[in-house]
Amino acid sequence: MSAVAEAPAIHLHAAGLRYGGAAIFDNLDLTLPGGRTTCLLGPSGVGKTSLLRLIAGLAHGASGEVRDSRGHGLQGRVAYLAQHDLLLPWASALDNVLLGYRLRGAARGAAVVDRGRALLGRVGLAGREADRPAKLSGGMRQRVALARTLMEDRPVVLMDEPFSALDAITRFQLQDLAAELLAGRTVLLVTHDPLEALRLGHRVQVLAGVPARLGAALEPDGAPPRDPGEPRLVAQQGELLKRLSAAASAGASS
Amino acid sequence: MTVLRPLVILLGLLGIWEIVVRATAVAPYILPGPGRVLRAVFDNAGLLLGNAAVTATEIVLGLLAGTLLGCGSALLIASFRPARRWLLPVLVVSQAIPVFALAPILVLWLGYGLASKIAMATLIIYFPVTAAFFDGLRRTEPGWLDLARTMDGRRWAVLWHIRVPAALPALASGLRVATAVAPIGAIVGEWVGAGAGLGFLMLQANARMKVDVMFAALFVLALFAVGLYSLVDRGLRRAIPWQVEDHGETSP
Repeated sequence: MSAVAEAPAIHLHAAGLRYGGAAIFDNLDLTLPGGRTTCLLGPSGVGKTSLLRLIAGLAHGASGEVRDSRGHGLQGRVAYLAQHDLLLPWASALDNVLLGYRLRGAARGAAVVDRGRALLGRVGLAGREADRPAKLSGGMRQRVALARTLMEDRPVVLMDEPFSALDAITRFQLQDLAAELLAGRTVLLVTHDPLEALRLGHRVQVLAGVPARLGAALEPDGAPPRDPGEPRLVAQQGELLKRLSAAASAGASS
Repeated sequence: MTVLRPLVILLGLLGIWEIVVRATAVAPYILPGPGRVLRAVFDNAGLLLGNAAVTATEIVLGLLAGTLLGCGSALLIASFRPARRWLLPVLVVSQAIPVFALAPILVLWLGYGLASKIAMATLIIYFPVTAAFFDGLRRTEPGWLDLARTMDGRRWAVLWHIRVPAALPALASGLRVATAVAPIGAIVGEWVGAGAGLGFLMLQANARMKVDVMFAALFVLALFAVGLYSLVDRGLRRAIPWQVEDHGETSP
């Protein structure tokens, strides 16, 4: 796919966010390597979502400069997958997948509709095209949202705890699916689950402290999605949990 | 049971009415019993039906006009910031004026015919429809708007494909209120000056001390108002099937 070929590296420079007079983060730099998945971990309220929204162009009060390696902005190259599936309850699964085309007023030719159907098939929802979200389970709804994200075919995909509301098994299956389908894109995955980060990330970074700072990047071996039973992964998960726990208690005492 | 229950309630109310009439031995020209009123309904069926048709036309046309105007205004003030600044205060002030006070003026301007009553009904429902729809348009789930922004959605497409459908449940509440109050507008208009209609018939019957006919007209009006409401309510439910059903259900 063309979007994958041009997946850019992203440089976030001098990001800042103040809330109620206190700096949540200040003069923060973050680099997302092109075509790879970066996972951002951190305790609640540390500003992970704000960073993601800043890159998505949805900043509310956060400032900072977002550029690719050639110094261009990301306008029109970003797809966004939130914690809530954000499906429109009145539209069918297929219409939800095709939402972007409809909102851009792009002619919805047979080729576009066929691609939407094919994507629903790839996330395992063939035959459910006409169902409204209310008829789908939480996992299925998030699959539709994933298909909608893929339909946009953007080189950059920003995901904000997309699997956190799902049960453990559904989450596991969707992580595999997302890793497979998003391979080759520049992905930022915000999560509070160290195991998820270690399964899916080429690079894992912890955001912690007041104002928040990025810890050293962790780059697990092997290609995602990794086997959660792998001893090295289990050890790294323990390490990350300790780091997060320390950060959380430091945040609570300050 | 759902069919039976309203029937039981109706019969119960009629029974209480009958008991009150018999127990107090009130004169029939003050409060006629239900039997007498029913007889008046059948004796004057033609007269009632002809006048009911006039009132029904006023109510339905007023409802249509008010809904169209209200939806248009809500879309306008939701889409254009200057329109909101200029029109919203006018809207609120217009609601502060009792519509009843305008009835004589409307009859003066628009005459004794249908037009003044339709205008009354339109005026009385315009505000609830506008306010409810505007409120719905304003409260679009922010996540959907964020998503639309990352999709580079066009403003009008976002309005049509996201904000309007999201506001339909709110609009439906407004339309239910409008359906319930529209008959008030038509009847008040008829009281001030008219040549036909149930309100006109009631005034005439009152002046001639034909209290049973007055009650008969009231009965027909109530029947029509309830019928119209349940029709609109059912239509709205069918039009918005995704709306969560957490109200309107009477069965436990």
